[in-house]
Amino acid sequence: MRTKIVVKKNLFFDSVSLMQLSDKVKSLQNILEVVILMATDTNKYLLKDIDLYEKELDNSTPNDLIIAIKAEDDESLKRAFDYIEVSLTQKSITNSSQSEPEIVIQEYAYRVHPDINLVLISTPGEYAALEAKKALLSNKHVMIFSDNVKLEDEIELKDLALSRGLLLMGPDCGTAMINHIPLGFANEVPAGPIGIIAASGSGSQEVASLIAKLGSGITQLIGVGGRDLNEQVGGKMMLQALQSLNNDPETKVIVLISKPPAKNVAEKILNEATKVNKPVVICFLGADNSSQESRNLHFVKFLEDAALKAVELVTGRKAIYTRFNIYELAKIESAKLNENQKYIRGLYAGGTLCDEAIIYLSQEFNTIYSNIHFDNKYKLSDNKISIKDTLLDLGDDEFTRGKAHPMIDPQYRNIRLLNESDDPDVAIVLLDFVLGYGAHPDPAGVAIGIIQKAKEKFMKRNQHLIVIASITGTENDPQILSQQQKKLEDAGVICMPSNLQAVKLAALIKKELIQ
Amino acid sequence: MSEKIHQLFSQKISVLNIGIKWFSDNVNLKGAKAIQLEWKPPASGNIDLINILKSLYNEEVEDANQKVIEIIQNGHPKLIGLGTARDVIPGFDEWTILHAGPPIEWELMCGPMKGAVIGGLIYEQKARTKKEAEEIAKTKVKFSPCHHFHAVGPMAGIITSSMPVWIIENSTYGNKAFATLNEGLGKVLRYGAFSTEVIERLNWMRDELYPILRDAIEMKGYIDLRSLIAQALQMGDECHNRNKAITSLFYREIAPFVIRTKFSDSQKAKVLEFINSNDHFGLNLSMPACKSIMEPAEGIPKSTVITTMARNGVEFGIKVSAFKDIWFTAPSPRVRGLYFPGFTEADAALDLGDSVITETSGIGGFAMATAPAIVGFVGGSANDALNYTKMMYQITLTENKNYQIPILNFRGTPTGIDLRKVIETGILPIINTGIAHKNAGVGQVGAGLVNPPVECFEKALRKFKK
Repeated sequence: MRTKIVVKKNLFFDSVSLMQLSDKVKSLQNILEVVILMATDTNKYLLKDIDLYEKELDNSTPNDLIIAIKAEDDESLKRAFDYIEVSLTQKSITNSSQSEPEIVIQEYAYRVHPDINLVLISTPGEYAALEAKKALLSNKHVMIFSDNVKLEDEIELKDLALSRGLLLMGPDCGTAMINHIPLGFANEVPAGPIGIIAASGSGSQEVASLIAKLGSGITQLIGVGGRDLNEQVGGKMMLQALQSLNNDPETKVIVLISKPPAKNVAEKILNEATKVNKPVVICFLGADNSSQESRNLHFVKFLEDAALKAVELVTGRKAIYTRFNIYELAKIESAKLNENQKYIRGLYAGGTLCDEAIIYLSQEFNTIYSNIHFDNKYKLSDNKISIKDTLLDLGDDEFTRGKAHPMIDPQYRNIRLLNESDDPDVAIVLLDFVLGYGAHPDPAGVAIGIIQKAKEKFMKRNQHLIVIASITGTENDPQILSQQQKKLEDAGVICMPSNLQAVKLAALIKKELIQ
Repeated sequence: MSEKIHQLFSQKISVLNIGIKWFSDNVNLKGAKAIQLEWKPPASGNIDLINILKSLYNEEVEDANQKVIEIIQNGHPKLIGLGTARDVIPGFDEWTILHAGPPIEWELMCGPMKGAVIGGLIYEQKARTKKEAEEIAKTKVKFSPCHHFHAVGPMAGIITSSMPVWIIENSTYGNKAFATLNEGLGKVLRYGAFSTEVIERLNWMRDELYPILRDAIEMKGYIDLRSLIAQALQMGDECHNRNKAITSLFYREIAPFVIRTKFSDSQKAKVLEFINSNDHFGLNLSMPACKSIMEPAEGIPKSTVITTMARNGVEFGIKVSAFKDIWFTAPSPRVRGLYFPGFTEADAALDLGDSVITETSGIGGFAMATAPAIVGFVGGSANDALNYTKMMYQITLTENKNYQIPILNFRGTPTGIDLRKVIETGILPIINTGIAHKNAGVGQVGAGLVNPPVECFEKALRKFKK
């Protein structure tokens, strides 16, 4: 065993650096004891205690550095001293990590970024309420994209938002655009005079995109969440939004979109809407409220009608777009089918688009099945198996558990399309393609290969499959409407200008077949 | 009614995105600002705790916390004198012995604390030997936490009846706080040493240091500790593990008055040398200063601000403002640290002492960014030190208006630990601390970092559940 003690005169280091250095030297091989410290009296006692003291240390001062090392052999001792020498001359004995700590809590984000005015929450539902409550208490507007938020939490949050004059969009709100900034799923729609308030995501995307296609634009798109107009929530946020768009000078026409609300909620909303000093287009999807038409209230049954009516009210002219004679087209297409082909299968990514299809087709034909049918009689018992005319909302919980929404990841829809193609009774497949921010970057591109395979399955049976698509989107969307349409048309898909038009075409073809 | 919505429509949108990152990108794509929160399930996903948290975010709690923050910000500690414990600490009697941390019985005390009690009894001449002292400790002594007597003590924190104590007054609220005088490093009572040299030093402190400083302060009037701490923070102290600057500042304030006392030159010189040779002398001033700031903040109904943290070497205890009289405790953690030569982790006592009152009031580890000289304790780089302070901003309610950090553009230190935020983020307060040897009387063996056990905070949060 070898011991060596060295005093370096007038070489000061802080004790922490020296402790760190000692630690490192201790970890070298064959080192038994390491003491590196300034020669204070206390430290010198310490050295005596551990038997590493020499007489020459008597005269050292607190400005002198003492290095005392016990090692197994001379070689190890030398290595340790060399290491110390290098470390001390480098002076920076440590290395640094340069990263900033991440922002992990809302309140701190607001302190660092006081300009934050809107909080977008898409955490798993059970955690969303806490975040939303904190945001509202910090006087921030909130959009809750998450679903699975408890109803009582929604009510509490909306009451809190109202008491503070804030917007609480959602929960389960897929779409909003505030000042043309997309929150969640949203399309690139030009600025214009129409304000949209919607209890539905894909429904509001469809209306906004159609408004763009008709040459007009929007001010705001406020999503209030799918449950806002039910009995318990009572339309709290739609009323708040209605008032705010009424006060907004940019908004000339307001569009309300929802499934038919509870009766007393509908009354409340309509009552409030009559007080608005601008025209209000009301689309309670599928409901016939025409008897309640009044000075400024305009009722429409379907999404497309809502867009047409709103643009008409803005321009003063009846808005129209017709690409082709739909009756003619129905005749031509139906002629391509053989006699057992009679069923429609709809594979929807947009829930409200699926609703719209169910409502339209149910009034044309009696039995339309779906996983989201409002009438239990026509609700599928097994979602994996389609019966007769079946329209599926593939964005519904049971299909998305543990998976991404089909607007983001169309994989399940593709699989399902191939399954449906094994059924020789099928005549028509309805598909929706939702473009915009948040959606898949190329939904048509990932579908066309599968569509072709599906068509081939029919061809092998000497059959023809009609695929009808509607594209919810605009030319300025990241995916570019015309390019998506071209891809689909090249694959033999009939692209209709709206979801309703697509459904109407399907209905006309089916009627031709029945006759 | 919808004025704020109206404003929103005419503002630039700045989004805080909590969840799917993709949504941030879309907002950015449109040229608007989106800040991504690094979100993880709050309270590690414990739904029970999350529900309590949710109930604690409301205006009543916000108002209560605001009140507490004002009290802390307005606190103005001044050193107004010295006295003997039994004379100046209310309720103190001959058999009272105060200790650090939450309440603990003699049998359960850790080694250093037992040693300090033995030393205290020998010093008080209640016992002559260790054995006698142990018998008396078992039968006659009334133990109580320093915190129950408006006092704080580093490490074992033992205060006996004839010990001289600093008297600190929070001049805004009129409350007083007390602490003993720092004995220096090495074999000292607060680390459980009770050898003759320890007792002799304590005797000298009582017989010469105390009267000289008492007379000096009396002549000076008072020393503004808020100002001293504020300056020390700008001179590289965080006032817990580094006290060089505050000690030096105190020395400058007191020296002219020490000279003016009517003691002998050699006595006065010894006092000045004693202060000068002990870098931690100022710790026993910053600690009671912090205590005097925090005490008026206790007992504000519904407030979730942590008003006390303290350790007795066996348990770590915290108090939350709403429940003034309740300690929420869990086993004391082990300090992650650097050890003095000749010692290893095996020698260390568990976390000990009241000095964590500094972090509780917004300095110490929370002001790590301002003490680059001791960054070795926190990972080694100055940036690590900055990050420790920045992390603490996420669990505190405000930035201190009195204590600023030059390197952070004179931002105030993170102040007012919010129980809710600790539970929510899982970020525990960071504490700079010394490490005591587990056996009585060996002394300090290192220094490092420690976090309070999360159980203390969980217990406190559950107490809010109706």
